[in-house]
Amino acid sequence: MKTAANLALAAPSRNALDAIDQRLIAVIQGGLPLVSRPYQEIARRIGTSEAEVITRLWRMLSEDTIKRLGVVVRHRKLGYRANAMVVWDVPDETVDALGYRLRRFDFITLCYQRPRRLPEWSYNLFCMIHGRDRAKVLARVDELVERCRLQDTPHEVLFSGRCFKQRGAVYQLPAEAL
Amino acid sequence: MSERRPLDAVDRAIINRLQGGFPIGERPFAEAARELEIGESDLIARLDRLLQEGFLTRFGPLYDAQQMGGGLTLAAIEVSESELEAVADQVNAHPEIAHNYSRNHPLNLWFVLATERPEQIAEVLSQIATETGLAVYDFPKEEEFFIGLQLQV
Repeated sequence: MKTAANLALAAPSRNALDAIDQRLIAVIQGGLPLVSRPYQEIARRIGTSEAEVITRLWRMLSEDTIKRLGVVVRHRKLGYRANAMVVWDVPDETVDALGYRLRRFDFITLCYQRPRRLPEWSYNLFCMIHGRDRAKVLARVDELVERCRLQDTPHEVLFSGRCFKQRGAVYQLPAEAL
Repeated sequence: MSERRPLDAVDRAIINRLQGGFPIGERPFAEAARELEIGESDLIARLDRLLQEGFLTRFGPLYDAQQMGGGLTLAAIEVSESELEAVADQVNAHPEIAHNYSRNHPLNLWFVLATERPEQIAEVLSQIATETGLAVYDFPKEEEFFIGLQLQV
């Protein structure tokens, strides 16, 4: 099911990843080595030079293949217990304008336009707000309504309850690339 | 994870700083540590501890599944409270599932899946619908206005 051919066929339409890129991605996805020269250690594992690893990482970051390098927090453990998906039913003509407006609020961490699924689901703009408790998140939502004049825009706040799974998207590497 | 030790100011500074990126160069820990005004080996030891104790889920790259030629979507299922856990397990049995949360809405189970190829999204969602006997709603992103999930601690 997961073969090098699948990936190779899929990739060129986006950013072409060669065999070294694929090995590099596979080796770092579990985490960067916690040693003084991590890129040298990665280079050793995939059989290339430290300079090559550094150049390729820069390229993948500039092409957005890697969105960023750094730490990912377990937000609940850090005290962000209220995680809300706030969904809005915005006229299609104005969804872009509102989307770009919402991104300017620093407490909004993600904002996407997604399709409605009528009649069950009429919301087309989704944003995430993380907060230490529900009351704080709801106060943020009130602030959005007030400042963006959304009093007449239907919306709902969906708080997360149980977390059944949380992990980063794992890149499936073709076995033969290793 | 059993040991409960509070984060100190240096831990918080590390988390805040490294959510925004990690240097790429010969001595990236030394570079980041200089900015944080701590030693290189202290930074490495603290990252190790923050990972061990579960404050961080990972230290490394965040990939864009779609840029890499893969598929990514958000999907949801309406399921009765009594069946929620069993259905969540059925969903999680698919390795493509990255996140899976219940939410307080009739449409109450929300999950993100990432696949190697875009067409696998429909395949996995259809398998989940068959296995659970429930309708699965697919909410692929149509436009991204912002992604900057970074929390100040």
